[in-house]
Amino acid sequence: MSAAQANRRIQFAPWKDVAFEWLTRAFALLVFSLLAAILIALVIGSQPTLAKYGPAFVASAEWDPVREEFGALVPIYGTLMTSLIAMLIGVPASFGIALFLTELSPAWLKRPLGTAIELLAAIPSIIYGMWGLFVFAPQFQAHVQPWLSERLSGWPVIGALFEGPPIGIGMLTAGLILSIMVIPFITAVMRDVFDLVPPMLKESAYGLGATTWEVVWRVVLPYTKVGVIGGIMLGLGRALGETMAVTFVIGNAHRLSASLLAPGNSIASALANEFTEAVGDLYFSALIELGLILFLITTIVLALSKLLLSSLTRGEGART
Amino acid sequence: MFGFTRNRALAVAGALFWMLNGAASAAEITGAGATFPYPIYAKWADAYKKAAGVSVNYQSIGSGGGIKQITAKTVDFGASDAPMKAEDLERQGLIQFPAIMGGVVPVYNVKGLGAGEIRLSGALLADIYLGKVKKWNDAALAALNPGAKLPDKAISVVHRSDGSGTTFLFSNYLAKVSADWKSQVGEGTAVKWPTGVGGKGNEGVANYVARIDGSIGYVEYAFAKQNRLAHALLQNRDGQMVAPSDDSFKQAAAGADWAKTPGMGVILTDQRGKASWPITGASFILMHKTQGKPENGREVLKFFDWAYQNGQPMAGELDYVPMPDPVVKLIQSVWRAQIKDTSGKPVY
Repeated sequence: MSAAQANRRIQFAPWKDVAFEWLTRAFALLVFSLLAAILIALVIGSQPTLAKYGPAFVASAEWDPVREEFGALVPIYGTLMTSLIAMLIGVPASFGIALFLTELSPAWLKRPLGTAIELLAAIPSIIYGMWGLFVFAPQFQAHVQPWLSERLSGWPVIGALFEGPPIGIGMLTAGLILSIMVIPFITAVMRDVFDLVPPMLKESAYGLGATTWEVVWRVVLPYTKVGVIGGIMLGLGRALGETMAVTFVIGNAHRLSASLLAPGNSIASALANEFTEAVGDLYFSALIELGLILFLITTIVLALSKLLLSSLTRGEGART
Repeated sequence: MFGFTRNRALAVAGALFWMLNGAASAAEITGAGATFPYPIYAKWADAYKKAAGVSVNYQSIGSGGGIKQITAKTVDFGASDAPMKAEDLERQGLIQFPAIMGGVVPVYNVKGLGAGEIRLSGALLADIYLGKVKKWNDAALAALNPGAKLPDKAISVVHRSDGSGTTFLFSNYLAKVSADWKSQVGEGTAVKWPTGVGGKGNEGVANYVARIDGSIGYVEYAFAKQNRLAHALLQNRDGQMVAPSDDSFKQAAAGADWAKTPGMGVILTDQRGKASWPITGASFILMHKTQGKPENGREVLKFFDWAYQNGQPMAGELDYVPMPDPVVKLIQSVWRAQIKDTSGKPVY
């Protein structure tokens, strides 16, 4: 470096660095201000229903636009239930796919399989919805639902979940479509973090005589748990907020029903369906409050995952 | 120096753009609202652009949105499927007039029964949608359909999941013919459905009906016709079984008293007349009585005037029903009497 260059650098660097720092800080603050703005807008928008119902809004299953009586229980239940179904199926499946990809797959299959997963993640959700409605639901209605209700209808508790006429659409269909939609997300993250495990660790375990399962369970998973949980949360976030695909197949009925085969509603699909024609302040405000509730549910899920992670790290070192 | 000329160039370009834009705004009018008449408004707008060189930009964001937009004066005209109440119009300083009519038809999917082979009365239709009549071979259905092979099958009710003018007409009709419906459900662009599944849009309902064996739904006539869905015959107020057609919609409009209804807000369901289809309705246009930008108001009225005169064949092609001539004359007199610029002169 010549003297002149060094001189320039000394002259220029300080204010440029400061400007750069402030610029990035402004961008970072933008995140907070956006979040606050959305939250404030939602709270202001839901004032009429907040004032009228208070916390009882969450517990009421009423949704009557004509008499202007609203409650959020049906969409909340639908959102949580469909996401639960999606996670119950999506997480084990993604785990299996990621595991096969990183530990067991022959080298020639890794790339095409990995690309296929990424492609699945890139498909717009409306395509999943249309596929669900036009292709999946008729098959499901004709072959799977009758079988489910016949075999399981006598069972206690489980039987009630599979009662009613098979119409192809409903909570279970929505949950299944969601599970297909979250698999690529969770798988992609799991595969990436599994790949980060130092080969030395795994080879040492194999050297000690561990089976593949033991290596995965004792070495790979503990090493990658933060990333794995992050991936699951990413998938859960998508499942909770998914709109179009769910709207197509959930049946859009504001009724609480024990059966998973019955039509229900989710927060996001209620919003998508009813926003355009929501005439009247209370109706509009009820929809905004639904949005606020979805916002809170997502926040709680995120907070729970952080809690889970911190309790996991605290346990580290205690076990031998 | 270079920077200076570039700035000048930008300023000139900006001024040019602004001027062009200003000139263009008179040749473009905007409207927003109801989704039901969107296909015909779009077709009219396209033809009108060729005929008069004025482009009409209509956004089908829903009736609720249309009312909000015209109240906020962000558009030149709003559109709503359900007429606004006279006192609401008065409060917002709006007038409304009907632009186009259409019908809503019950459609079904019952194996072995084709179009027009099931006859329904309004009260029976209400009982089906209330969940009281649960099977296709119910005694009430059999009584209206002697000779039809009604299966021992559950009725799957399909309704709209989104708010819509179609639902407004349907629920308004059921409320007129069934006291139970009126007290338990009521009427509106969205209602609390006692039973059934919800499909998004006409296409969603049509899809569910086509797929679920034993289902019944309701869609716009144009949609039922184009998708060859089996429609039911309905018993009208005069006790006649009628099939949905352009003619039976026109019959429903013929007897209505447009002049005496406040704000021309006639709802054409359950009208008198031997041949009238009971679930018919008009879609309405909303405008401010006092036009801040009279040239835009004039263009809107010119457009609808043109549509009333020349748009009838296009309406027929899309299975809408144009407004009858006496009603158009009445609408034009209302325009002259009520839509003024800020100095009180009629706009058109």
